[in-house]
Amino acid sequence: MYKILKKQELTTNIYLMDVEAPRVAEKCLPGQFVIVRMDKDAERIPLTICDYDRKAGTITIVFQTVGAGTNMMAELNEGDSFHDFVGPLGCPSELIKEDLDSLKQKKILFVAGGVGTAPVYPQVKWLKENGVNADVIMGSKTKDLLILEKEMAAVAGNLYITTDDGSYGRSGMVTQTIKDLVAEGNHYDVCIAIGPMIMMKFVCLLTKELEIPTVVSLNPIMVDGTGMCGACRVTVGGKVKFACVDGPEFDGHQVNFDEAMRRQTIYKTEEGRAMLALQEGDTHHGGCGNCN
Amino acid sequence: MTKVPVREQDAKERATNFAEVCLGYNMEEAQCEASRCINCKNAQCIKGCPVAIDIPAFIHEVKEGNIEKAYQIISESSALPAVCGRVCPQESQCEGKCIRGIKGDPISIGKLERFVADWARENGIKPQGATEKKGKSVAVIGSGPAGLTCAGDLAKMGYDVTIFEALHEAGGVLVYGIPEFRLPKEAVVAKEIENVKSLGVKIETNVVIGKSVTIDELMDKEGFSAVFIGSGAGLPKFMGIPGENSNGVFSANEYLTRSNLMKAFNPASPTPIMRGKKVAVVGGGNVAMDAARTALRLGAEVHIVYRRSEEELPARVEEVHHAKEEGIIFDLLTNPTEILADEKGWVTGMKCIKMELGEPDESGRRRPVEVPGSEFVMELDTVIMSLGTSPNPLISSTTEGLETNRWKCIVADEENGKTTKEGVYAGGDAVTGAATVILAMGAGKAAAKGIDEYLSK
Repeated sequence: MYKILKKQELTTNIYLMDVEAPRVAEKCLPGQFVIVRMDKDAERIPLTICDYDRKAGTITIVFQTVGAGTNMMAELNEGDSFHDFVGPLGCPSELIKEDLDSLKQKKILFVAGGVGTAPVYPQVKWLKENGVNADVIMGSKTKDLLILEKEMAAVAGNLYITTDDGSYGRSGMVTQTIKDLVAEGNHYDVCIAIGPMIMMKFVCLLTKELEIPTVVSLNPIMVDGTGMCGACRVTVGGKVKFACVDGPEFDGHQVNFDEAMRRQTIYKTEEGRAMLALQEGDTHHGGCGNCN
Repeated sequence: MTKVPVREQDAKERATNFAEVCLGYNMEEAQCEASRCINCKNAQCIKGCPVAIDIPAFIHEVKEGNIEKAYQIISESSALPAVCGRVCPQESQCEGKCIRGIKGDPISIGKLERFVADWARENGIKPQGATEKKGKSVAVIGSGPAGLTCAGDLAKMGYDVTIFEALHEAGGVLVYGIPEFRLPKEAVVAKEIENVKSLGVKIETNVVIGKSVTIDELMDKEGFSAVFIGSGAGLPKFMGIPGENSNGVFSANEYLTRSNLMKAFNPASPTPIMRGKKVAVVGGGNVAMDAARTALRLGAEVHIVYRRSEEELPARVEEVHHAKEEGIIFDLLTNPTEILADEKGWVTGMKCIKMELGEPDESGRRRPVEVPGSEFVMELDTVIMSLGTSPNPLISSTTEGLETNRWKCIVADEENGKTTKEGVYAGGDAVTGAATVILAMGAGKAAAKGIDEYLSK
């Protein structure tokens, strides 16, 4: 069993947990993910790894409550256990395979949107530990939804915060901050954008224009996470890839985001909602605002 | 003397439930069927069995009513008799070689094996474990038929065996692939796995070899003297036709995993599954039949779309027969060319072309060729691709010295499972590509022998 050693509500509906998973903690690298199940009949839920402690044998996960599964997960407390916790899955971030000296010469920009801040954090932290300072843009809808600000500030080179409603930091979408930074004379060799699919799509449209190579981390629907089911297939550069084994990181300028976003809604149609309402009772039939 | 027919759930009734189709023999029926066996001296049936069960011997015990004895005879060769009795292609193996089959019906060996295994389970009979320990440990990767068999055999020889399973539940294809109505999970599969565990085999779930830990680490750091790879078939194939990523197109692996492993067929399961109104399953193998019959039970009108003719269907005759009885429609000599979708990306239909059979190809089967001008559109809301799999590179790409062939399958000696890496053995679909449960078990068995020889040196 995979014991929860720490639980923290980062902000409304976003939770952080440290979970005992020695095999995963021993091997994981930034960019990889895990799949968890809270009890013996639960769904398999993929989550990116936010942090890891090899000595303590723990993995830090961050999740937002969006459906029945994550809502039930949020009710777990310190001392409780996950029934299943498997990983690390997917390929580690390309960055960490690069030569450190050449990496140090590069200007790297991370763009983190919402709960996507969680998977950005270990990459920035890894770079910092290896002597590379990366700039980070963190965006959220509003000040209250911002997570891991202090942690990120401790590992980022320059940290730029922006909120859609202007309640904190800069005002506007992350794309506005990218434009501003470039207009202010900043040059970036590479951009890593992780957040909601729609954010990654617009970041990529912009960075293509600005000619900044961009890596994104995709979170499509998946079941097993080891390449067996093919639910997570995405089109990248005209070729079909499985996000779980070929990704989750891909060249953002090559990703067919419209298809990927469409595929994320497979179980969220009107009929799907009706089915879920039937299956789960009064929990999930649209209108929650999280699954439009 | 004709064979004793086996009782089955009525086709109309079973098309709406997930309960087992075949009800099996009772004691009287089993003894009656067993009495048809002429106990050949040079028994051909044994030669047809990939794990070489002493078939005439166990059937003799059934005839005499010594079912426990019959079970121990089967257990000497097979770790999963309740599974094999249900899913082995007996018609092309033991029963295909039965002398009785030359003039009339062969002995229903599979149904008898199933009877014996079910009887043993219901009466709490367990297989016999090792009496002496070897003091060496072996890691088995994957808890499907190859892994369970290899682990069971090694444990019986006295090895300390740990199985590593990537999913949250042990059983491999027996759990995620083969549906409940063909192979009950709780009643049969879980109990067979319990039997393997009762031999002392440990199973660690949620470990992805190649990711959580590598083969080299298992051998160098975790103290395993040998490793058996039975990691299964791998990644689902798609056709590569336009529209294949539309919403409503699934691999059979995904569809079946949702229904079988995640229990999505049960409305109480939190895992969703698409319950289409009109479904096409593309492909003609056992997996296609399983996907089609699952979709039917979830309420759909289901079409099997296959590019060759009925004769070439790779699925077992019994499966095709059951599918037809239940109302699956077979659109043979038909090949999809494009999947059509609405403006939101949801499947609305599938463009197909009629085929005819030409000259035999390298597989010996007549090659299907397109009939010019025969395109037509099938209206559908769901398409399930059941076209086989390609090997998963997770293990081969992280294990130095482990050779793969040009199809990326692991190279292993058929005789003893030996790979190109010392101490590492392999068998099952990871070596052969997608095949059957019993062939995987045969390979697991051969590898257990190979590993024992290696560790006894």
